[in-house]
Amino acid sequence: MVFVFILLPLFMSMFNSMFDWNNYNRLGFIGLNNFKTLFTGYYYSERFFNAIQNNLKWFVMTMLIQNVFGLYFGYMLSRRINGSEVFKRIFFIPVLFSITAVGFLWGLYLKPNGLINSFLALINAEHLQRAWLGDGKIATYTIILVNIWRWTGFPTLVFMSSVDALPIENIEAAYIDGANELNIFFKIVLPLIVPAITTITVLTIIGSLNVFEQVYVMAGVDGQPNYSTDTICTLFYRTAFGTYDSSSPVIGVGSAMSVIIYLLTFFFSITSISWLQKKEVEI
Amino acid sequence: MNIDFHIKKAKSTKKLTLIFTFFMMFVYVIIILYPLFNMVISSFKSTRDIIRYPFALPESISFKSYYTVWIEKKFYNYFINSVIVTSVSMLFVVLLGSMASFGVSRYQYKGNTFLYMLFLSGIMLPLKAALIPLYMIINKLGLSNSLTCIILINIASGLPSTVFILSGFMRTFPKDLEYAARIDGCSDWRIYWNVVMPVVIPGVAIVTIYNAVPIWNDFFFPLVFIQSDALRTLPVGLNSFIGQYKTDWGLMFTGLSISIIPMLLLYLSMSNQFIRGMTGGAIK
Repeated sequence: MVFVFILLPLFMSMFNSMFDWNNYNRLGFIGLNNFKTLFTGYYYSERFFNAIQNNLKWFVMTMLIQNVFGLYFGYMLSRRINGSEVFKRIFFIPVLFSITAVGFLWGLYLKPNGLINSFLALINAEHLQRAWLGDGKIATYTIILVNIWRWTGFPTLVFMSSVDALPIENIEAAYIDGANELNIFFKIVLPLIVPAITTITVLTIIGSLNVFEQVYVMAGVDGQPNYSTDTICTLFYRTAFGTYDSSSPVIGVGSAMSVIIYLLTFFFSITSISWLQKKEVEI
Repeated sequence: MNIDFHIKKAKSTKKLTLIFTFFMMFVYVIIILYPLFNMVISSFKSTRDIIRYPFALPESISFKSYYTVWIEKKFYNYFINSVIVTSVSMLFVVLLGSMASFGVSRYQYKGNTFLYMLFLSGIMLPLKAALIPLYMIINKLGLSNSLTCIILINIASGLPSTVFILSGFMRTFPKDLEYAARIDGCSDWRIYWNVVMPVVIPGVAIVTIYNAVPIWNDFFFPLVFIQSDALRTLPVGLNSFIGQYKTDWGLMFTGLSISIIPMLLLYLSMSNQFIRGMTGGAIK
């Protein structure tokens, strides 16, 4: 089953990416020409690099905001700050909702006459009002922030339980030696939870290369406005099923794209795993 | 020795940090809860009231819009489809997954490690990128536009993490107990079902929640493979529903409430299991 539905498609993609296609009929072998079209051909290369840039934004923003806050909150929760049980439960609520529901909900709040702009008017900050999803310069960041809203609880709890699993004697010993809180965190706790950091980093890499639903729901399949929120997966979906850009599906280039998604995921996951594993410390 | 961060026992600088942390967490809690609260009150209001008085409470509570969305707009149908897809997929994921992890973790044979790595490779690869070949396979099998193909894909994508988590649990099961059962004349099947499985029930619970939540929320594959309205699952149904009622905000908020509230209630009633389940896969 795993083989038929996960691994077989991988090899089929590689195979398919080297052929010329007319809709769903395979024509002749053309080697790496599909990759060439993707990287240099008109509108593919432009769209592709635009999309890659957006995926990069997703990764950087998610790492910087979501995972840093996750680490901060998770550490504080595991030190049993007052009310940690309640906070922990509430933080996890949005993680369980479907991306579609969350996307539409915030899509409504972020409309020009929606809740966010009304709130800004309420606190006399009209100058901050924006067309959150209509302005190409900020639309991607808006969608990323909505996703961070949904997902911060996850790294929080992963970091929390990994700090919880540490032997408490280490921290106690440091206390007795008179280490201050910052040193305890950076010199003792952080090196010991590198495995959890690895997990979260890899999941973030996979997640940000696979962004589709969020953009589809909040900005449409062609990444409105004017492709500014386009990601590799929405571009891939359009190429594979032929909407907007071209009337018919372009299987060859689409397969080339999926091979690239595979390779990027694989390469970055492996690199970050091996890089972080060097920093792992045994107790 | 007490090393917990309790605000009463802390010194002044630490107290400031803790108050700051409280403030941040409190802000995040408000940002989580208020939109949900606003969604529910908006579902009782008319579009005009939502835009003009977004923060006001509804004037009266009537469940008319809920009736419209649930019965007339066939949300009960989407709901049943989602229940079918999730429960059937999970049944097979747990059954096949536990058998596979039993095979991988309790026996020694050639190719054992290879088989395990084969399952693991499924975790790393993004299934979305396999869309084109999947589409062709499903079409060749004549399964497009059916719940069966969604269930099959869900089983395939659920198995790797299941095998990963469950075989971790099964490895810790003592060999001596297995030998004792074998001496008493248990068949392999009995050992799997009556000896090992009852012990790894906590693992099964983790696996169930870890897989069921994404399957319940899945949007991408039903979007691609299901065309007829009668077979849509809840996320896809919500998508087409919102596409139709772009101007009626009250109705949209009702649809959103209906798709969010069941999960919320389920979570509130068993939050510990959910937290352990969803994060369990990442920690194990």
